[in-house]
Amino acid sequence: MSATLDRPVSAVDPSGGRGNDKSRAERKLGWYLAGPAFVVMLLVTAYPIVQAVFDSLFDYRLTDPQNSSFVGLGNYGVILTDSVWWTSFGVTTFITVVTVAVELVLGFGLALVMLNALKALRPVLRTVILIPYAVITVVSAFAWQFAFSVDSGFVNSWFSFLGATPETDWFGTQGLSLFVICLAEIWKTTPFISLLLLAGLAQVPDVLQEAAKVDGASWWQRLRRVTLPNMKAAIMVAVLFRTLDAFRVFDSVFVMTAGANNTETVSFLAYRQTIERVEIGLGSAVSVLLFLSVVLISALFIKGFKVDLSQARGE
Amino acid sequence: MSTREKVGWGIGGLLIVVYCLFPVAWIISLSFKSSDDISNGQFLPTVFSGANYEQILVGDAAGLFLPALVNSFGICIIATFISCLLSMFAAYAIARLDFPGKKLILSTALAVAIFPVISIVTPLFNLWRQIGLYNTWPGLIIPYLSLTLPISIWTLSAFFREIPWEMEQAAQVDGATPWQAFRKVIVPLAAPGVFTTAIIAFFLAWNDFVYGISLTSTEAARPVPAALGLFSGASQFESPNGPIAAAAVIVTIPVVLLVLLFQRRIVAGLTNGAVKG
Amino acid sequence: MASIEMSHIVKQYGDGFPAVNDVSLDIADGEFMILVGPSGCGKSTLLRMIVGLEDITSGDMVIGGDRVNDKAPRDRNLSMVFQNYALYPHLSVFENIAFPLRLAKVPDGEVKKRVEEAAGVLELKEHLERKPANLSGGQRQRVAMGRAIVRSADAFLFDEPLSNLDAKLRGQMRTEIARLQRRLGITTVYVTHDQTEAMTLGDRVCVLRKGVIQQVASPRELYEQPVNLFVAGFIGSPPMNFLPASVEGTSLSTPFGTVELGAERAEKVKGHDLLLVGIRPEYFEDASLVDEAKKPHGTTFSARVDVTEWLGDAQYAYIPYEAPAEIAEQLKALSRELDSDQLRTQAVVSIDSTSRIREGREAEFWLDTRKVHVFDPKTGENLTRDAEAGRKLTEEAAEDRIEQVERAKV
Repeated sequence: MSATLDRPVSAVDPSGGRGNDKSRAERKLGWYLAGPAFVVMLLVTAYPIVQAVFDSLFDYRLTDPQNSSFVGLGNYGVILTDSVWWTSFGVTTFITVVTVAVELVLGFGLALVMLNALKALRPVLRTVILIPYAVITVVSAFAWQFAFSVDSGFVNSWFSFLGATPETDWFGTQGLSLFVICLAEIWKTTPFISLLLLAGLAQVPDVLQEAAKVDGASWWQRLRRVTLPNMKAAIMVAVLFRTLDAFRVFDSVFVMTAGANNTETVSFLAYRQTIERVEIGLGSAVSVLLFLSVVLISALFIKGFKVDLSQARGE
Repeated sequence: MSTREKVGWGIGGLLIVVYCLFPVAWIISLSFKSSDDISNGQFLPTVFSGANYEQILVGDAAGLFLPALVNSFGICIIATFISCLLSMFAAYAIARLDFPGKKLILSTALAVAIFPVISIVTPLFNLWRQIGLYNTWPGLIIPYLSLTLPISIWTLSAFFREIPWEMEQAAQVDGATPWQAFRKVIVPLAAPGVFTTAIIAFFLAWNDFVYGISLTSTEAARPVPAALGLFSGASQFESPNGPIAAAAVIVTIPVVLLVLLFQRRIVAGLTNGAVKG
Repeated sequence: MASIEMSHIVKQYGDGFPAVNDVSLDIADGEFMILVGPSGCGKSTLLRMIVGLEDITSGDMVIGGDRVNDKAPRDRNLSMVFQNYALYPHLSVFENIAFPLRLAKVPDGEVKKRVEEAAGVLELKEHLERKPANLSGGQRQRVAMGRAIVRSADAFLFDEPLSNLDAKLRGQMRTEIARLQRRLGITTVYVTHDQTEAMTLGDRVCVLRKGVIQQVASPRELYEQPVNLFVAGFIGSPPMNFLPASVEGTSLSTPFGTVELGAERAEKVKGHDLLLVGIRPEYFEDASLVDEAKKPHGTTFSARVDVTEWLGDAQYAYIPYEAPAEIAEQLKALSRELDSDQLRTQAVVSIDSTSRIREGREAEFWLDTRKVHVFDPKTGENLTRDAEAGRKLTEEAAEDRIEQVERAKV
């Protein structure tokens, strides 16, 4: 409505500034409505992380609560000097970097195909692309594990020309296991990335493409110099979200290898310490370290790559 | 576009279809293999057998699988309902009202969404055991809110921002009371967004594995993904792969159906608000 | 049917900024009133205060004799057409038009009759079952009008209803609105920033600037007897030219030669060193095409034409001129305020379409000096305004309106 146009810039938003009483009432109502959701969010995250920080300062085993003792940062010392932590950290980083990189390229390809495919095909594509997203991670992990496994898989017999034999054990070495884990992760999450990128692609106006064509740009040049710069926000948001998501990888590892052959990730390490070995103190310390890593990654993205989340989120 | 380009994109499209459906087709195929067939090294079974389904639905594994299915449905639906209700109020406030702290709420939601689940599980595991929520429905519903609430707030705020709220004013000029304006104009416009948000939130809860496996110990509350992860076969000498595949197919069916029915809305919900240059 | 009387209406926002400042305006029963001004002038805010969507900070709003300040929109019995039409996307065209009747619990048969009647007037009959999303811009606009006319409201309010239509459709809908208003004889308040709409539709036009009324008058009075620089510059297309001038006896010296004012007008402008003389484009003519008999009423000068635009029925020539820095700065500020962005000081001159004056040439022009106005550049006030003549023009317009309404009733 023109009311917004018609109002001088110096005036505040119409919903906000109708006299002081009204805006005060509005502020109150805003918090009444949004407050419960806010409080619940804090309760289910802020409380646990504070508790985790607290627990991590104790040598505390659930089965032996009498012998709980304050050890300060001792747990962190134990973890950070142990190669188990560094192996899991390395594995997690490896999975994150590989999956995000492959997903970005593959996802962009899928987005391009969805954008350019025949009109008749498009709705079909947009439906099937959601299926990997909707399939439970555990199910996807099982599907890939079974496909590669020695006792129920078909991969070994299909790819014998590449040197696979019926006895090739994909889960017998670190390298091959990580390969299958990454494959499963990539399959499951690429569609989500491609949808985000497609939305970004759709926002690059066609006229820009046409203008670039007239200016003599080749397909590749248009992609590199017009399309990509204009969807930078979409790409960065997709990468950030996926990086953080990938860094928490747990389900696939649990199902496929249960951490065997040095495929343990940080999340899995925290799980094993806390839930299986009930070492609450040590497990909490791993959790806190994981949390700090995630915060660090976010800070790195937001400060280093200038990902403007508010802009990208339509604020 | 030239014919060659069209054909090229068309082939690309077919590849996508294969990409998306292949693992699903594989798990379905596996679920129909008899125990002799499981290790035949082939994609398809030599004979289709319903034995795996029998085992998990009425056979030895039914006691593990069926309660888990009930738990999953119950817990996910309740968590979805609560988070939709809470986020509806919050999103209305964010989209409609001007109050300090809007940004704070959205940023908090974002922070919670990227929070490593395992960092929440560790202290909850301890606390739940102390206060008796371990291995109960509420013991899962509460942490599930950390999964469903942030995305619900984001998605719904984005939807609510798109609602032409001046309609409410138009209705008032047309002679509607505020309640009539809300019921006859705003509710029909907002319903699709709420519905989509509910589906996406349900997906997230349905997909959970970490909470399910850490905060439960028996079929009293254990959801399907956790049950699948821990399923080890009827006997030590029989591969559990067939029954797991059958169970996997069954839990995949409802979500795939939702996707097929509401594809357009889900895509809008997932990308709406996520990317807006 | 009702009159709308506003007295000392103020709208103040939280930060104390008055979007509407002490507006007093009486709109007669059945009158077509236009609120016009550049963006930010408060015209939409004023309209929304009439309909009740915006609180009134102070002042009285009286509709049909009742003070409505504290009444909810639904209790004011007004209908409004929004700029983006505000059609309910989930309802069919029929239900959109029927919406106010449904709220009033009008029986089904009556609803059907009245909706079809409205649809007939607006030629929407074959679209009644469609959803708004499937309609063209013009059709949507008509549905919005249908929703406004379907119930017997006391007044129609329009908030820039044509600004989303293309030029051709805008012209058609403009005449449609004018016809409808006369036919129904209903009090109408119409907000626009388009001065063509203002001039063609309004019985009277209220020009607003930064929340303050500048002038309320018939279109002709605004055009011929503007109160100040702002109104003069806003009304008319192409806009009035403002040239710097200095007084010399009873005449003005301008970049285009000397303009003779005559004793009476010279008296009014006495005592100012620097003035602005306002000349409408059509006061100029190609000197070679002017009757000898007419020539003494004006002055002839020669100038170099920068650009000409031939439009078929008319021709415009652009003549650059030099202005002192302070005047140039002021003219720039004025043009910015009027939502245009004049880059250089140049005069737009309307000449006969048969004129052979072409760009780049030195040419002879004639200027009719009888109708020029002289403005004080400091206050913007029109020093040579003839209030009496203006009042007469507006009175004539009022008489015309009454006559037209009577005729429409027959």
